[in-house]
Amino acid sequence: MNWEPVIGIEVHVELETASKMFCGCAVDFEAEPNTNVCPVCLGLPGALPVPNRKAIEWITKIGLAFNCSISERSQFHRKNYFYSDQPKNYQISQFDVPVCHDGWLDVTVAGATSRIRINRAHMEEDTGKSIHVGDSGRIHSATETLLNFNRAGVPLVEIVSEADIRSAAQARAYAQDLRTVVTALGVSDAKLEEGSIRFDANVSIRPVGTEPFGTKVEVKNMNSFRSLERAVDYEIRRQEGVLESGGIVHQETRHWDEGEGVTHSMRSKEGSSDYRYFPEPDLLPIEVTDEWRDEIAATLPEMPAARALRYVALGADGDSASSLAGSEALATLFESAVEAGAPGNVVANWLTGEVTAWSRRESLDVAESALTGKHLRDLAAMVAANSLSSTAAKEVLGYVLAGEGGPAEVATAHDLVQISDSGALEEAVDEVIADNAEQFARLAGGEDKLIGFFVGLVMRVTGGKADPRAVTEILRSRIS
Amino acid sequence: MPIDIDIAHVAKLARIELSEQDMASYRAQLGVILDHAAKVQALPTEGVQPTSHPLDMVNAFRDDVVTPSLDRDEVLSQAPDATDGFFRVPPSLDNE
Amino acid sequence: MTELSQLTLVEAAAALRTGECTSVALTESVLDRASLTEASVHAYLTIDRQGAMAAAEASDRRIAAEKPIGPLDGLPIALKDNMMTKGIETTASSKILSGYIPPYDGTVVKLLREAGAVFVGKTNLDEFAMGSSTENSAYGPTRNPWNLDTVPGGSSGGSAAAVAAGSALAGLGSDTGGSIRQPAALCGLVGMKPTYGLVSRYGLIAFASSLDQIGPLTRSVQDAAILYEAIAGHDPHDATSFPGPAPSGTERLGAGVEGLRVGVVNELSGEGIDDEVLVAFRTTIDRLANAGAEVVDLSLPSTATALSAYYLIAPAECSANLARFDGVRYGLRVDGSTVDEMMSLTRAEGFGSEVIRRILLGTYALSAGYYDAFYGQAQRVRTLIIQEFATAYEQVDVLVSPTAPAPAFELGAKTQDPLSMYMQDICTIPSNLSGHPAMSVPVGLSASGLPIGFQVMAPALGETVMFQVAAAIEALSDDIGRPVLEVVAS
Repeated sequence: MNWEPVIGIEVHVELETASKMFCGCAVDFEAEPNTNVCPVCLGLPGALPVPNRKAIEWITKIGLAFNCSISERSQFHRKNYFYSDQPKNYQISQFDVPVCHDGWLDVTVAGATSRIRINRAHMEEDTGKSIHVGDSGRIHSATETLLNFNRAGVPLVEIVSEADIRSAAQARAYAQDLRTVVTALGVSDAKLEEGSIRFDANVSIRPVGTEPFGTKVEVKNMNSFRSLERAVDYEIRRQEGVLESGGIVHQETRHWDEGEGVTHSMRSKEGSSDYRYFPEPDLLPIEVTDEWRDEIAATLPEMPAARALRYVALGADGDSASSLAGSEALATLFESAVEAGAPGNVVANWLTGEVTAWSRRESLDVAESALTGKHLRDLAAMVAANSLSSTAAKEVLGYVLAGEGGPAEVATAHDLVQISDSGALEEAVDEVIADNAEQFARLAGGEDKLIGFFVGLVMRVTGGKADPRAVTEILRSRIS
Repeated sequence: MPIDIDIAHVAKLARIELSEQDMASYRAQLGVILDHAAKVQALPTEGVQPTSHPLDMVNAFRDDVVTPSLDRDEVLSQAPDATDGFFRVPPSLDNE
Repeated sequence: MTELSQLTLVEAAAALRTGECTSVALTESVLDRASLTEASVHAYLTIDRQGAMAAAEASDRRIAAEKPIGPLDGLPIALKDNMMTKGIETTASSKILSGYIPPYDGTVVKLLREAGAVFVGKTNLDEFAMGSSTENSAYGPTRNPWNLDTVPGGSSGGSAAAVAAGSALAGLGSDTGGSIRQPAALCGLVGMKPTYGLVSRYGLIAFASSLDQIGPLTRSVQDAAILYEAIAGHDPHDATSFPGPAPSGTERLGAGVEGLRVGVVNELSGEGIDDEVLVAFRTTIDRLANAGAEVVDLSLPSTATALSAYYLIAPAECSANLARFDGVRYGLRVDGSTVDEMMSLTRAEGFGSEVIRRILLGTYALSAGYYDAFYGQAQRVRTLIIQEFATAYEQVDVLVSPTAPAPAFELGAKTQDPLSMYMQDICTIPSNLSGHPAMSVPVGLSASGLPIGFQVMAPALGETVMFQVAAAIEALSDDIGRPVLEVVAS
């Protein structure tokens, strides 16, 4: 049978506010354990939560960036379950009325664009951190658990997609694009490896062409985009195997094991129906008026998708435009170069090619390099004026990135400037013709492959500084 | 209305270890109280909004400003078990 | 001069100003009184003699320098043990918090400290404020100074008994379903629950968050008004705190009731109320009418369902509020091989049976499949009650009823029957559900010499008129005096 995967993604984003969601403790993951704690985030008797206004503004911003409607009035609920790193043994979250609902994000995989609907984005608080201590460091064999509540109460936004995703690659693309937007908003550092953005996938499969959803499995613990894609892919194949062999897929939570490349069933805690949600009596409803929403909307930066479209209009090809739009440093260089008069297509290729490669190779951020938009403009001008070959231009770019100076200066220093003086070039061509009269006669007689021979000789006598196209042109004028 | 209470499940959700005897006694008491409480169901409430706050107020917020945290030694002095700046508890069985 | 420990706040403040006495003398007087009465009354869980004397000395220095902070400077006050006091053990009468030393002061405690008040100590209560007799304390019951065989009411029975016995001039209680007003009625005191949101709950161990309010227990209406004014006001640490200024308590004291409309709530003034209580109630109504009030009989049918709604809402909220007592970060821990086992054993050992009963009840009422029938429906009934009150207050300035259905009952009389204990709050609960202010004023003694209270209720932020009517009732009623307490030096 042919199966179709049906995937939804839940994303948790830790907001980078100065203080926590419901108290004034600092959001600081470097701090010594249990030093950023107070009666509120430690769940001491008598303490009460007061929401951080900025967190409410930021979730609204996130919602607007994903084309969500903003609830005029939303409410906090208590989600009740016992866990030792959750100080109150309930999490302040949202239930039936989240701050943001009904948005979407367009995702492109292999040239095909799909609209992934976003069900909701709601506000909640993070838990503390558990360290399971034991022989292997794994929970099964742990002998004790150490608790650090510095993270408890950090503002957390949960973004829940509809089950609109149909492949592991699409799941990955959705996650990547979502992260790019969140990063562009400046509300979270959104680092997967540090857990400040976390992705869980709900995966089910159904026979192609049928409507009803299969039983969904929640897959957790993916700490890179690659592992998200692998985990979803594995889970799809696992479910296919189960169903093909006549088995049943159980609704459960499964843990992705990066090392083994498989998902493991997790012992279930409270079922979702046991959370006993009820309106949080310590907090008032949140009312986002049209005026407040508009004020927040005015602070939205240009979204990556819109920016990419604009870059295409400036001459970048589609893929380069997306890459540029997804990186603040590249986008800044691109815009300043184009503004200074450089052709968009050329600059886009350099930025996504040599510059990105340099950044990877050197493990340095492009923003840390000496490269400016003006450098790119000058470099493009030299190529256009034939004073640099495109190969030499790339070499020059490397020296500029390394901080050796501006393109003209560097090209001269490394002796890479082309001879673009036509008089000097003609002289060199005539000299070579005179020295190789026999071959020239054959060329003139129609043996066209000899043109390469002559160009090569001219390049040699000019020390490689001649523009091969110009040399060819002059040769042709001598033949006719 | 006869009220069916899965007292063992309720006690487990509430993390309270009860003997069989205690469970039976609580089940009976809860039955009586819930029977009385079920009177709320007799009132016509169609279209009535639930009240979760007696005063109709919205939007109590704080500014995003860091305020001093508690002294760790003072905090941990109240902990039943602590080590190296951490609270310590027995191992969890859940594999998360 | 009267024994210092028996003065009202107003009398004591005047004596301090004129130099008739010092705060140290006042404080010693209540501490001496406590050493006589505590063996039989057991109003306190903790007496902070050292802290109290230090605060009294500081106060005397301010008064000597003619720089007293305000009307409460130097006055010895008792705090219910569910209010956080930095550095002083706070247990809410629960074994699960035995030995717990909070690292912070609750807002109300902070306000009173800053007002120069002297804290005598922390008073007994029904564990986590759940009860109406102060018998549900892990540290033993409190007895009513008017008759040691009877209960002082609850849950603020310790504060009420302390004030009645003379081991504090005034006390603070908390009121979730009547826990200030009912003990006030049973101990012959004035007890007041402010409008929800007027007094900060920050630092009050939560029982039912949408119902809890802190308020005064005092020997006079004026004392209650002064203490209320000292603790009311917006607190940025409590998101449910009312943002505007708190209404005055003292402004219209002594203005009488001429022309005021007083509504008698039929549902709360007949069935289930003891005859002696009804007689005292009716007598007071007549006195109000004679004093020029217009008395109106009113029906608020939903209030008959208030008790049912309360016993769904309060347990539901408490089941979550008390989840934090798990043996992880503070308080009692009973060891277990896993963290879940540790929590379950700790909670079974640390909570008393009434607390467990309510946690189970609340957990059940919030469960999937029952939420709408129980909790959701109770919240809608709450809306109906608020609507009925609103309609009533279009016709009257205040509503009145008895405070408690009967005078103090004997210890143990109701401990085996939770429902009969819950009926104690039948008249007080509606004001908690509506969030409106209400208070109890003593209006007489029963044939057996036990106090009887009269309840005045007012619309949201209607404290000024409520105190006005309460003061008039106080003036119109016979003084019940102070309890005569047989004491032996311990």
